[in-house]
Amino acid sequence: MFLINCPYCGERDQSEFSCGGEAHIVRPKQPTELSDDQWAEYLFMRKNIKGVQFERWNHTHGCRKWFNMIRDTSNDKIHAVYKMNEKPPVE
Amino acid sequence: MTKYRVNKTKQVDQTKTVSFDFDGKSYYGFEGDTLASALLSNGVHLVGRSFKYHRPRGIMSCGSEEPNAICQINEDTDLTEPNVRATEIELYEGLKASSQNCWPSVNFDIGGINNFISPFIPAGFYYKTFMWPKSFWKKIYEPLIRWSAGLGKSPTKPDPELYDHKHVHCDVLIIGGGISGIIASKIAAKNNLKTILIEDKNILGGSTIFQKNENYKINDKYSGGWIDEEIAELKKLDNLTIKTRTSLAAYHSYNYLLAKENISDHLPLDKRNGGIRQRLWKIRADKVIVATGAIERPLVFNNNDRPGIMLSNSVKKYLDFYGVTCGFNNLIFTNNDSAYETAVSLKEKGISVEMIDIRKKSNSKIVKNAEQLGVKIYWNSTVVNTFGLRKINSVEIMNLSEDGSNVVGDKSRINCDCLAISGGWTPMVHMHTQSGGKLDFREIDQTFIPNEIDKNHINVGSCNGDFELEEIINNTNKKVKNFLKVSETEFDNISVLNSKELNKRNIWLLPNFISEGKCKSFIDFQNDSTAKDIKLALREGFKSIEHVKRYTTTGMATDQGKLSNMHALGIIADTAGVKMGTLGTTTFRPPFTPLTFGSIVGRSVGNFFDIIRKTSIHEWHIQNKAKFENVGQWKRPWYYPINDEGLHDAVQRESKAARDSAGILDASTLGKIDIQGTDASEFLNRVYTNAWSKLEIGKCRYGLMLNEDGMVYDDGVTTRLGENHYLMTTTTGGAANVLSKLEDYLQTEWPELDVYLTSVTDHYSTASICGPNSKKILKKIFPDKDFNDDAFPHMSYQNGKIDETNCRIMRISFTGELSYEINIESKYGKSLWEKCIEAGKEFKITPYGTETMHLLRAEKGFIIVGQDTDGTMTPIDLQMDWIVSKKKYDFIGKRSLYRSDTIREDRKQLVGLLTDDPNEILEEGAQIVSDMSKKPVEMIGHVTSSYFSPNLNKSIALAVVKSGKKMNGQKLIVPMENKNINVTVSDSVFLDKENKRINA
Repeated sequence: MFLINCPYCGERDQSEFSCGGEAHIVRPKQPTELSDDQWAEYLFMRKNIKGVQFERWNHTHGCRKWFNMIRDTSNDKIHAVYKMNEKPPVE
Repeated sequence: MTKYRVNKTKQVDQTKTVSFDFDGKSYYGFEGDTLASALLSNGVHLVGRSFKYHRPRGIMSCGSEEPNAICQINEDTDLTEPNVRATEIELYEGLKASSQNCWPSVNFDIGGINNFISPFIPAGFYYKTFMWPKSFWKKIYEPLIRWSAGLGKSPTKPDPELYDHKHVHCDVLIIGGGISGIIASKIAAKNNLKTILIEDKNILGGSTIFQKNENYKINDKYSGGWIDEEIAELKKLDNLTIKTRTSLAAYHSYNYLLAKENISDHLPLDKRNGGIRQRLWKIRADKVIVATGAIERPLVFNNNDRPGIMLSNSVKKYLDFYGVTCGFNNLIFTNNDSAYETAVSLKEKGISVEMIDIRKKSNSKIVKNAEQLGVKIYWNSTVVNTFGLRKINSVEIMNLSEDGSNVVGDKSRINCDCLAISGGWTPMVHMHTQSGGKLDFREIDQTFIPNEIDKNHINVGSCNGDFELEEIINNTNKKVKNFLKVSETEFDNISVLNSKELNKRNIWLLPNFISEGKCKSFIDFQNDSTAKDIKLALREGFKSIEHVKRYTTTGMATDQGKLSNMHALGIIADTAGVKMGTLGTTTFRPPFTPLTFGSIVGRSVGNFFDIIRKTSIHEWHIQNKAKFENVGQWKRPWYYPINDEGLHDAVQRESKAARDSAGILDASTLGKIDIQGTDASEFLNRVYTNAWSKLEIGKCRYGLMLNEDGMVYDDGVTTRLGENHYLMTTTTGGAANVLSKLEDYLQTEWPELDVYLTSVTDHYSTASICGPNSKKILKKIFPDKDFNDDAFPHMSYQNGKIDETNCRIMRISFTGELSYEINIESKYGKSLWEKCIEAGKEFKITPYGTETMHLLRAEKGFIIVGQDTDGTMTPIDLQMDWIVSKKKYDFIGKRSLYRSDTIREDRKQLVGLLTDDPNEILEEGAQIVSDMSKKPVEMIGHVTSSYFSPNLNKSIALAVVKSGKKMNGQKLIVPMENKNINVTVSDSVFLDKENKRINA
């Protein structure tokens, strides 16, 4: 059970959060102009890396804010958390 | 005092007798005993039968590693519990325990026949045997396996006891109250750190507490005396919480740990007084110090499982801690120095003991001490066989060859009544690995020890591979200082006298003159896995330790391989000719020792299992005898039976009343989201399939929400309350998810939109009144209001007042009838409802529940999201093309509606079904086929909603069928178990296709 440092609330137990999958996947601004393959790329294709992964998390039972997290899936080490509008901190 | 109670000790109060029953026979023990020590004090060794061969088995250890002495306690009471280790349960007055896994009794067990046919029950027996003939499976194999499988009996009634959860935070958590845990706790607490020490036994001190001899001294005191003083000082420290009878169950990442505290398990049943039985501690620690100690290894030789064969250190503990000798004619079989402590203890009390040592010689002080006391030692020898049916009575020994791979010379027989065995020590690295830590293999004594890269915890003492007293103290002190950043401690200059040496001759499987196939050299005592089984598995091609484990079941018993894993690994390594360190270990998974279900669920039982949500009108529903159904967490009235009406009759009556006169539904559970902000209209445009910008203030509109994949997600009516203010309704079950989804898009994709969302589901209660007389009823409740169709048309809303209370009146319809909804602040919900009932009396207003609502909707072909849809239905599949805007540039899911897959014409599509026999009601979920002749029969769809409509006087159903859109009028078949039902595809709107009733 992780201890997650919510960028708005501080350290909280993982049970307050939910994971929203891979981060930095931007919804296309003009979906109608995409081919089926391009749209499928956005819609379905997600990475599942053993190692450092960028993820979206939501403080569901707290401030309800979404934020980003850099987590190593092989050892669950959380390298950084940052707000939605922020760029990932350079490793 | 029984004759086996030879020693007076501080821990057992021999003035306080405690009576207990074992297998129906009464015995006495003393306060401070465990069930195991009390049984041994009465000379009882045989306590169970093994799982597979039903061989007699005795108490082997004194802790959580015990594989044999597992009991059913307090049988035939609500508090009965299976698989309790006799070595862990504290004795209390009136305790009733019995052996498991034997029938009719532990002394005469019919399953013992398995022992004689054991050559025919090799590893993988079940996989290989119960394969054929197929017809045998159901009637013979399965009942047989079920009858003989399983350990103990589960209680049959609900658990009457209370369990608790507690969340705690601390600076330092120390696991284990032995000598290293005590040193660590003292350093932590004295340096101003909030410290918790947990210990699974009822007292602190580990194995040092009963160490009182000249061979082990700390600061010139017996180590046992020294630790007594340390414990006394420890108890005075303010910063320290000491929790005994508390065992660590799990060590999760980020130093989150679970520990189970036994609060009343050691009390007589009549003294428990309904208090809390166990408490699960949920601990978040800044730093963790693991001091869980080590477990003694057995030795693997022929017939090493008879009652009376015990771990050497346990024999010592029974003697020095409980005052009980396990025999008067002891033999100790060892490969290392530590067993000599047991010999010295026995000899000092005048009890006969001889040593069999597989080593050629040892010159350590403790061995010399034993020799001085006159202990006979058979060097370079091994046990090749043991004898005695229900208890060991003798052994045969032989000399080992130079390299230890064989036996040489003649056999000689030695009589004994107890054989203590010692194969060295295995550090308890379970906690370290559970936390994600890795292990290193240490060749010198063939142990896996923690590899500490992670700096959130350290391992100290023998769980770190430090087995000798001076290294335990000095290394613990050094490591804890470093870990907690402490510069000096009282343990910096301590004088330690130690007499053992780390000097071991490791032979995983001891050689024998008997062929390997005929030896019963047990590795996993509880599951009856032998060295032979492991070798067979390797010959059959299993290479991975995880596979061998599962194939032979080694390490899969309730002790989770605490005694067996290392030997299994060692034998695999030797047989395969690889280094043990390269094999790795099996995975150590929580819980370390079994947890009760009670402690896992805590107070979340019965009504507290999940949140129960009730509307403010709930009491009225109960008074009016509603039957309830669960919708998400909500309790919703399902139907309101009159007298002894069943579901069908009640629903027929309610449905007819709603269309003929008036019905009323508690719609408070529907999700309600208040949407405000200058971009609210734009926001709705993006989340619903239809257009919203032109919706006038005071008007309502039905909306369909999709997922980005184009599939229907939710639906509901949204009302425009003001220029920048909307009230959205969602399905009852979908409310929370819809809000989350909308928040997600607002925060992540469209942060530029000025929109604020607030869940107001619980703020308002809703009464929905439908039927041709509903307008008249509304008129009675709001006499000043003009309800003419021009003034108050369908799909519009107006504010109203009941007495002085504001409410919102929406003219919207779930059912296709003329219909109104009144929203009022929840605290007035019940009085609103009662007012509606009162006003509707003259029209025989009928309260109806969810079942009738579903029926009424099905008559109109209105979908229910989650019943008629299942996450694979687009609006086009539902024949709801009319609600999908062609003009809007984008909305959630739009692009997916013309993916090559979603435009396929043979997708399952929503249609109506009419049975050829109008009285035949289809089963929801039933499969639909068109051609029965072609095998395998293709299933082209399934029934989603099905009712008998009292308003149409025939059976109706909604279904999803491949290419259903084009099948109107086509005959299909719904095959059931004993008949085929003929149906005809129809339009999905069965009643009032022209929508006249809405303005009736």
